[in-house]
Amino acid sequence: MIKRTKAERAFDASNLLLMLVLIFITVYPLYYTLVCSFSDARGLLRHVGPLALPLRPYTLNGYRLTLRNTSIISGFRNSVFYVLFGTVLSLILTAMGAFVVSRKHFKLRKIMMGGIVFTMFFNGGIIPLFFVVQKTGIYDTFWVMFLPWLVSSYNLIILRTFFTGLPDSLEEAAMLDGANDLDVLVRIYIPLSRPALAVLALYYGVGIWNSWYPALVFMRTRSLYPLQMILREVLILETDAAADNNAMMVEESFNRELVKYCTVVVSTVPILVIYPFLQKYFVKGVMIGAIKG
Amino acid sequence: MHPLCGHALCMAAHFGLEEGVCVRNGKAESYRVNIKRYPWLYAIAFPVVLFYVVYCYLPMYGVIIAFQNYSPARGILGSKWVGLKHFISFFTGRYFFRLVSNTLLINVKLLMFGFPLPIIFAILLNEIHSSGFRRITQTITYMPHFVSSVVVCGLLKDFTKSGGLLTSIAMAFGGENVNLLSKAKLFQPLFVGMNIWQQFGWDSIIFFAAMSSIDPVLYEATRVDGANRFQQVLHVTLPGLFPTIVVILILRIGRLMSLGWEQIVLLYSPLVYETSDVISTYVYRRGLLEFEYSFGTAVGLFNSLINIILLISANALSRMVNETSLW
Repeated sequence: MIKRTKAERAFDASNLLLMLVLIFITVYPLYYTLVCSFSDARGLLRHVGPLALPLRPYTLNGYRLTLRNTSIISGFRNSVFYVLFGTVLSLILTAMGAFVVSRKHFKLRKIMMGGIVFTMFFNGGIIPLFFVVQKTGIYDTFWVMFLPWLVSSYNLIILRTFFTGLPDSLEEAAMLDGANDLDVLVRIYIPLSRPALAVLALYYGVGIWNSWYPALVFMRTRSLYPLQMILREVLILETDAAADNNAMMVEESFNRELVKYCTVVVSTVPILVIYPFLQKYFVKGVMIGAIKG
Repeated sequence: MHPLCGHALCMAAHFGLEEGVCVRNGKAESYRVNIKRYPWLYAIAFPVVLFYVVYCYLPMYGVIIAFQNYSPARGILGSKWVGLKHFISFFTGRYFFRLVSNTLLINVKLLMFGFPLPIIFAILLNEIHSSGFRRITQTITYMPHFVSSVVVCGLLKDFTKSGGLLTSIAMAFGGENVNLLSKAKLFQPLFVGMNIWQQFGWDSIIFFAAMSSIDPVLYEATRVDGANRFQQVLHVTLPGLFPTIVVILILRIGRLMSLGWEQIVLLYSPLVYETSDVISTYVYRRGLLEFEYSFGTAVGLFNSLINIILLISANALSRMVNETSLW
């Protein structure tokens, strides 16, 4: 290879430095939160400025209080349920939709595709949706967390693209053996598109996990709230999420800052720990979705 | 809800409706024959169609309440028609200018700062020699994308309260010890900064992908011609990225007026409505919190129409640019 000039070496060094700065800016807010979550509650109330290490005396008190908060536990449980249930339903319906619009002998194909694409450009807005949600009887039920958004047209089109790329020979052979369209979908298309389905599952799952406004607008019963709604109470509204628990009240107001940080850590660490292992799937999803566009 | 919904335009344009009709043996089948021959297809399509009709098209039908004084008790058919009354009262209302300009300003700022950054980041990171360091940097910078918006907004709120992390840093540069988010002139910069922090890494993925598809022979050739690394970036990398840059830029222009209200609702307060209240948050407040269903729907419809116009023009622009110079 060619020897690097002085100017190039200077560039490399400053480039590396810049990247380190960017990494620092990305990580530090999260690291700061982690550090605070182990800090002394009193010290935290007085402290102003960045922290490198937790304030002494180190404590797990915040976590003890956070995990005693029944709303967080039930929110977590609800969210896991919504994610699992919603993702599975979304995947099934998306696969069905993508399948029929990829079948050349389906006469409704063009109309249906047009109808699907149109929803990407125009929607009725939140207020008409509100009435539809009420009329269909899912207001204030767990369905409201995912049913109105069950199929994302964008994901459907990604999957359709994937389906159209599958080799024709298999299904032709199957059709000759008397297989119907359902057989082709269940026995050929779905097994062959596992990677694409995995990507979509991740997209749907993360979407449901992070969503909270369906609960804000369409839910009243607190015991149905997803985790993000509870987080909103703790982090944004700063109400006493555990006001139902009297024994905690006094401690709560004093430890509120600490509990906030612990809540963030408890709710975010699961995703951040799983994410690097799934990163390649997410990235792949961006590729099939975007590059082809 | 979808992180990449902005790509809808290109998806639609490229995969949309380009293929032919169903023709068998030279002539088109009637629907009856088609259903009889492939009943399973229709059975599979049914739930999907049902979903779209109920949760996408019924709300579109519901939009007509924008032209009524809708009351849920009377229903759409029984409510009184008032024509464009709600639109006119919105256009002539005292908040019209503020809402439109905030919506546009926040989006333009997101575009101005949030668009070039991922490109610059991708190019610079690509110049790092160690592939291990490149991968780790990518993994780390994608991470904030997976932190939920409630948590990100919650952290921003916490960091900007008086005595918070950001406030204390601002104090070191001569700022006051106040709640930064309650300062009208700081709301937009903070909001845009937060968005960039969360998305710049993730947004750069597509540019990494585009760079990896540039033919290495091109670099080799320029090197033989004596180009240094800066010239290589200028004459190979940038032109290689150009099509992707143009497509993404056009897509983002197409969404200039569409701004989700979720993050803003989490961060704003009446103190800073002056700079933070946007059309979608206004729809939420007036329509759902104050039960002015028809008025809220009218405002939302106005926003959707502007979006469609922007999308269509962006699409036209995209076709023009694509045809003339890129592909």
